Amino acid sequence: MKHSSFFWFVLPSALLMLTFIAFPIVSVVTQSLYQEHEQVLIEVENCGPFGCTQSTTVDTQATEALRAAQPLGQWAGLDIYKDRNHLAFAEVGEAWASSVSMRDFAGSLMNLPFYDAIAFTLTYTAVVTPLTIIFGFLIAIGVNAVARTMRGPTIFLSLLPMIVTPIVGALVLFWMVDARGVLGAGLQWLADDPNLSVKASTPLTWIMLMVYGIWSSAPFAFIVYYAGLQTVNTDTLEAAMIDGATRWQRIRYVVIPHLVPLTTFIALIQLMDNFRVFEPIVSFSAQAHARSLSFAIFNDLGGETRLLSSAAATSVLTIIGVAILLSPVLVRTWRDFGKAR
Amino acid sequence: MKIWKTAMLGTAVAALTATGTFACEADGRVSIIGNEFPAIQTVAAAAGACEGITFSSNLTADHQTLNVAGMTGNPAEYTTAIVANSSIVALINEDVIRPLDDLVAEYGQDIAPSQLITVDGKIMAVAFMANAQHLVYRADVLEQVGLEVPTSYEEVLAAAEAIRAAGIMEHPVGGAYAAGWNLAQEFTNMYIGTGGAFFKPGTAEISINNAQGVEALEMMKALTAYMNPDYLTHDSNATSAEWEAGNVALMNMWGSRTGVLMDDEGAAPEVYENTAVSGPLTVGDSGTPATTLWWDGWTVAKNISDEDAAATFQAMAAGVSPAILDDTTMSQAVWLMEGYQPEAVNEGVLASVAAGSTPYPMRPFQGLLHTALGDNIADFLQGNESAEQTLADIEAAYTAAATEKGFLQ
Repeated sequence: MKHSSFFWFVLPSALLMLTFIAFPIVSVVTQSLYQEHEQVLIEVENCGPFGCTQSTTVDTQATEALRAAQPLGQWAGLDIYKDRNHLAFAEVGEAWASSVSMRDFAGSLMNLPFYDAIAFTLTYTAVVTPLTIIFGFLIAIGVNAVARTMRGPTIFLSLLPMIVTPIVGALVLFWMVDARGVLGAGLQWLADDPNLSVKASTPLTWIMLMVYGIWSSAPFAFIVYYAGLQTVNTDTLEAAMIDGATRWQRIRYVVIPHLVPLTTFIALIQLMDNFRVFEPIVSFSAQAHARSLSFAIFNDLGGETRLLSSAAATSVLTIIGVAILLSPVLVRTWRDFGKAR
Repeated sequence: MKIWKTAMLGTAVAALTATGTFACEADGRVSIIGNEFPAIQTVAAAAGACEGITFSSNLTADHQTLNVAGMTGNPAEYTTAIVANSSIVALINEDVIRPLDDLVAEYGQDIAPSQLITVDGKIMAVAFMANAQHLVYRADVLEQVGLEVPTSYEEVLAAAEAIRAAGIMEHPVGGAYAAGWNLAQEFTNMYIGTGGAFFKPGTAEISINNAQGVEALEMMKALTAYMNPDYLTHDSNATSAEWEAGNVALMNMWGSRTGVLMDDEGAAPEVYENTAVSGPLTVGDSGTPATTLWWDGWTVAKNISDEDAAATFQAMAAGVSPAILDDTTMSQAVWLMEGYQPEAVNEGVLASVAAGSTPYPMRPFQGLLHTALGDNIADFLQGNESAEQTLADIEAAYTAAATEKGFLQ
């Protein structure tokens, strides 16, 4: 392809990517390097229906002058990244120096919001991604073995978790695991403990969130694998059958090698999605037990006083986290691409 | 949903106009952003009935995330925001609302002086209703165990133990203890009740890691022993549902929600007939009620033309005029207008005001503390760490946030 035709060919998508991906990231990075102006506080008397009280308020005129002089705020450099609510270098160093054991150090680290959030986010990603792939694969193999007339309804049913709106799906599960719900009461009966409550226990809440994560994203892996299964070479399969290969051997030596490139694709998408886990924490009201990086961003923006720089810094750290997580897969894809040439 | 709301609003407007209670006429644009509950819907409908105005309203539970952004532009999208004493602070901090002194002088004859919210001598909002958390109890259950209505949290604990021991309820205490805003609000109440001060006087420096802070946390933990084990997921809605299901006999609840608990919908007669309200509870011997007083009121945007500001003021003044009070609206809130007659459901809020409770602080940095509280208290209630450690974490989280916002250097 000529250079000029290539240029015109990619121009629309390049423009869109610049506008909707690159510029917002630049803006977020910029925001994270600034903090608000020094607030000029004055002591005032506030009066209302319940009488008068002495209070402080922001001197808007003085602050407005500061804002006009520096619209972006004060330059903070990496201060926001280093503060206690993010990477907390000072606190981590202190915990390292004062801890008597690794266990002790881990405890102090988990007390810091960023490390607490990253611990849940990584555990969630590490558990949900492989299980989604395994379950997706098993469902695809199962559906593929169903009689042709029954396949349509089976596929539809298997896709339901993905069709159901995440918030609704999560709420249904949330009510079911309530101590008075079907699953919650069932668990109490199984464990023979009338006071067992999934929502009150941190380990059980983590398991519930992960089960939800697998439930809601397995259909995605399923549909990709199912499409892949339709392209498996039937000649090879028949040859294997003639050679006396069992069903398991056919899957292990013919089907799985054929589907490996798809697995890379699913892993890539799922790693990105799972690292940004957010909705289940909100719908399960699970923030007392589990907080993810995305939830931390939401929390910064949802308060009565919004912490824009803090949210921006966490966003940048999330982007860096996704990049690190994806690097092995990306390196592999790049190498394969190089080989193919 | 939206169509339905518009239709409802239309009907309400038609009903109000038909009765001819309003003599409001103005020329300009009126656009409301506010929370969504019956009292605010009444106010918005009455304001919209004003003749000659271009009217729109966006009433949503997410109003706090929209109002600053929607009032920052010039001209502002929203000409008025309905806020409470906590949420007006963000609007003052961002300088998006205007002082109302000139408009009150010109159009505010019907507004009672006690409704005017002044900051540093300037009128910034007009309040129309009061709210507070107070005790809600089951009269029949207390009678069964032979106890008086509790006036302190210590008595609540004793009553809860008696109810559990009598085998009536396993988890007799309720409360909006959902991690986040609700939990932070409960701590704020309790800490005020112990006589504690949140900040070093005259500064934004936090000081809650003290004996009062520990006392407040310990009392909250003692109460949770009598709550449904899922209490960290129970917001006001879930707590009300527990109440209506007849699982709870004592709780600290918002006055604005007691109407729902005492009506005959959603609960067995045994529950709603025996639901009664009383005043705020105390903790320890400080004598300060462990609750906060709240007002809801309206503001006028700064970045709009003088005509729109005048029209907005007139429409909103009509929206909160004594004329909106009738049989249906009277019990929706503790109204601050003249002509309001309290009903049984509202006694708790009035008792809280009469007991000299503390208004929720209007400090510009109180919201940052509220967020830090909501993020950290659950660790203590779950037994993961000591009260001192939790209070130290809250202080550290607040300090980092306040530094970023420029309140601390």
